[in-house]
Amino acid sequence: MAPPTRAESFRAEPFHAEPLRPKRRFLRPSVIPGFGLAFGYTLTCLGLIVLLPLAALVTRASGLGLAGIWEVATDPRVASALRVSFGVSLMAALTASVFGFVIAWVLTRYRFPGRKIVDAVVDLPFALPTAVAGIALAALYAPNGLVGAQLARIGIEAAYTPVGIYIAMVFIGLPFAVRTVQPLIAEIDKEIEEASATLGAGRVHTLVRVVLPPLIPAVLTGFALAFARGVGEYGSIIFIAGNLPYVSEIAPLLIVIKLSEYDYGGACAIATLMLGISFLTLLAINLIQAWSRRRFGYV
Amino acid sequence: MSETFAPVAPAEARPASVVTEGRWIRWLLIGIAILFLALFLVLPLLTVFAQAFAKGFAAYLAAFTEADAHAAIRLTLLTAAIAVPFNLVFGIMASWAIAKFEFWGKNLLVTLIDLPFSVSPVVSGLIYVLVFGAQGLLGPWLLAHDIQVIFAVPGIVLATIFVTFPFVARQLIPLMQEQGTAEEEAALTLGASGWHAFRTVTLPNIRWGLLYSVLLCNARAMGEFGAVSVVSGHIRGLTNTLPLHVEILYNEYNFVAAFAVASLLAGLALVTLCVKSLLEWRYADEIAAGARGH
Amino acid sequence: MGLVLPYPTESRRLTMFVKTNETSVAGVAMRKTSLRLREPDWEIPVSETTSRTTGRTRRHAALLGAGLAAALLAPPLACAQTELLNVSYDPTRELYREINAAFSEAWKAKTGETLTVRAAHGGSGSQARTVIDGIPADVVTLGIPSDIDAISRISKKIVPDWRTKLPNQGLPYTSTVVFLVRKGNPKGVKDWGDLVKPDVKVITPNPKTSAGGRWNFLAAWGYAYEREGKDADKANAFVGAVYKNVPVLDTGARGSTVTFAQRGLGDVLPTWENEAYLVFEEFGRDKFDVVVPPTSIYAEPPVALVDVNVDKKGTRKQAEAYLQFLYSDRAQAIFAKHHYRPLNRAAAKPEDLAQLPELKLFKIEDLQGDWDEIQKKNFDNGGLFDQLSKAGR
Repeated sequence: MAPPTRAESFRAEPFHAEPLRPKRRFLRPSVIPGFGLAFGYTLTCLGLIVLLPLAALVTRASGLGLAGIWEVATDPRVASALRVSFGVSLMAALTASVFGFVIAWVLTRYRFPGRKIVDAVVDLPFALPTAVAGIALAALYAPNGLVGAQLARIGIEAAYTPVGIYIAMVFIGLPFAVRTVQPLIAEIDKEIEEASATLGAGRVHTLVRVVLPPLIPAVLTGFALAFARGVGEYGSIIFIAGNLPYVSEIAPLLIVIKLSEYDYGGACAIATLMLGISFLTLLAINLIQAWSRRRFGYV
Repeated sequence: MSETFAPVAPAEARPASVVTEGRWIRWLLIGIAILFLALFLVLPLLTVFAQAFAKGFAAYLAAFTEADAHAAIRLTLLTAAIAVPFNLVFGIMASWAIAKFEFWGKNLLVTLIDLPFSVSPVVSGLIYVLVFGAQGLLGPWLLAHDIQVIFAVPGIVLATIFVTFPFVARQLIPLMQEQGTAEEEAALTLGASGWHAFRTVTLPNIRWGLLYSVLLCNARAMGEFGAVSVVSGHIRGLTNTLPLHVEILYNEYNFVAAFAVASLLAGLALVTLCVKSLLEWRYADEIAAGARGH
Repeated sequence: MGLVLPYPTESRRLTMFVKTNETSVAGVAMRKTSLRLREPDWEIPVSETTSRTTGRTRRHAALLGAGLAAALLAPPLACAQTELLNVSYDPTRELYREINAAFSEAWKAKTGETLTVRAAHGGSGSQARTVIDGIPADVVTLGIPSDIDAISRISKKIVPDWRTKLPNQGLPYTSTVVFLVRKGNPKGVKDWGDLVKPDVKVITPNPKTSAGGRWNFLAAWGYAYEREGKDADKANAFVGAVYKNVPVLDTGARGSTVTFAQRGLGDVLPTWENEAYLVFEEFGRDKFDVVVPPTSIYAEPPVALVDVNVDKKGTRKQAEAYLQFLYSDRAQAIFAKHHYRPLNRAAAKPEDLAQLPELKLFKIEDLQGDWDEIQKKNFDNGGLFDQLSKAGR
């Protein structure tokens, strides 16, 4: 306990005898100035830049009514595009999570030459514009490309098939998978592992039963982030996808196509669906983290 | 007696460290990690440069002599020059309100600020078409007043601001929260004005975090493709940003030029990564709340 | 979702607001300041009255904040235009680069005014959409009449009878669809009928977004319609069989060409005649052959003035002159040079005309009726293309 101070002695005065917060009010009083300015500015920007345009989207889509949106969503081509977007993104996020975990583990636990460079490289997809990534991946994985030629030899067509979409999604999702798990691996108390080992558990047993469980929420969060990013991705995918309806057409591209057909209603309906699903993903992340807070006491 | 010691003996016989994997496993995992990163991240980056220089240095340079390329570079710089400071000011304002005060509905506000991250870039562009397009909400009014928003610089800037909206705020909020309000309160009690307290107390505390977030914000602002593509209209020399210019060159069979311009953006990405790593190594705990060394 | 942020924030982000107010300052050791204070709850000294006054100033400040934001956000007023914008379709990039330069030169010589003509290119449908959404186009030069009809119908920016405003229904040039195949034509593609062979992969753009894609679709349909003794059902089935052989459906003709020529996908690329010859020039004649089918479609890429925009911008005179220029001998020669079929063959160089092969061309209007009907029947939602791709999954 800190010794009593001047401020604390104020507390005893009858002036402040009533409960500190008798009623709920919007802002808790503070000596720090600038709330009004900062809050007003924040709200105005948020309203004009984010909320107003998004409201325009939802208004436009709600013009169709729930039945109308459902009709668009169940249109075979739209349904198939949504399936491709979500299905491939799911697989890509899974891959990114597994390899992301290995990369995060290697980067935090092992010392090897060039580790810091490898660590920096992980963030490349954050920094590289998606269009650049798109044409580079297309050049690399096309049948006449460096990697594509090798894959073609073993009978895998990468570019212009869902495999190409998968590759692009792994590319953009990987950093999320690595960066959410990495700090938690660094935080693991090695004494627990030592204790586990001392008590006779083998290394595999220790990893599976002691080390991994607390990391699961972080892995899930990374997975959800990679998934959400993959679902919405456009720039890197269109160059490598092939864009064939029912096979390799992604939902964001279908929005662009609907726009080209002057079908604003259809475009808005797909956009709203995607928005709704990303909200659900956001919610899932929140639930995972809330669960993990209860279960493990941290996020 | 020897039986008592028996269980301990194997433990002592174990490798030096019980908290790591065997040497072979270790190198195998390192190998997998590096191979995976090389295949998925490094190889595409190298491809950009390899293709850019495929026909020699002269062909590479030729890509930058075109007037359209200059216009694209100018527009990209202009867009970033508006979008980044805007988000910088917004980020500081938002994090000041959120981190230094307790108010009702704060969680909601933070979620809303985060929203643009979860919106597909194409949707980000679409919503501005719906508001400012000729068929959109404000379309007739803008038309009547001769204001061009989409298919012009304002629309491109708006779409860029939207996709980079949370960058600075998200970085600063936890940082400012961890630092608490005590230092500012102390300064205020000692007679400093609010602005003075912000400048001399808050700003120095967050400067590296600020720089870091501006760096990432800038990388995204200059590289955004999907959202800008929807609102740009692709007018050569007028509304083409660098990423769109890459696409145009690519579609004109001018692959060397496309990759040359792309290499410019890739170079920017590399610089971003370098500065970012540098900041992380030197100022880890001043960049992010609760940063742990790694 | 704090996606692009570095990990520490990420993992913390949801806990950070859970801290209760009561623990705000107490116990947080302050860093990097000489004032080593350890004060509990600073909230206390703030009396009821101060908080009321700050409430009022806060409201004022909030307004100030809002005003500041609004001022920063106010869109800069559009500056006066002294240039023309030609919104065109995908494969005309090289063509209009030369035409625009020629027109600027001619205009300068005639009036002394310096005029820049800018061009925007993309899939014809996407380009029409940008005009509808308000791109300040002075003229549109699109790939198919129905796209200009759509602009006229939806945005009213082009007069409905735009076809009558210029010679030849607004067609300064026409074109047709030919096949580009790999060198030596290994799959032996000679005519439209060969596109349905099971081992032939066809690369064509999406008819929903690309004019070239629509011409390919209509050409295949027209061929089968004639072959099957004017049986529309059999023609539909034939087109369905062609699209079963399509592995990649790009949004524009350019995308398809890149897929075929640069990425090495597919055996045959039915495409604009001009596009096929351009590939020759860009990629070398040693890699591809052009196959001219015995019959093909009379493709009509029309041009039109965007009336509302030119009146608003005050560029009607220049824009009209630009469109008239397209019918001039000089422009006609440039069309022929770029492998488009000029309206006035006499203006073109003989060697350019020699490059345009003779073949039997049919007009789709003669087979299917007017353009509203053609568009609706084949390409609108639920039209033939939608039915075929649904059936062909």
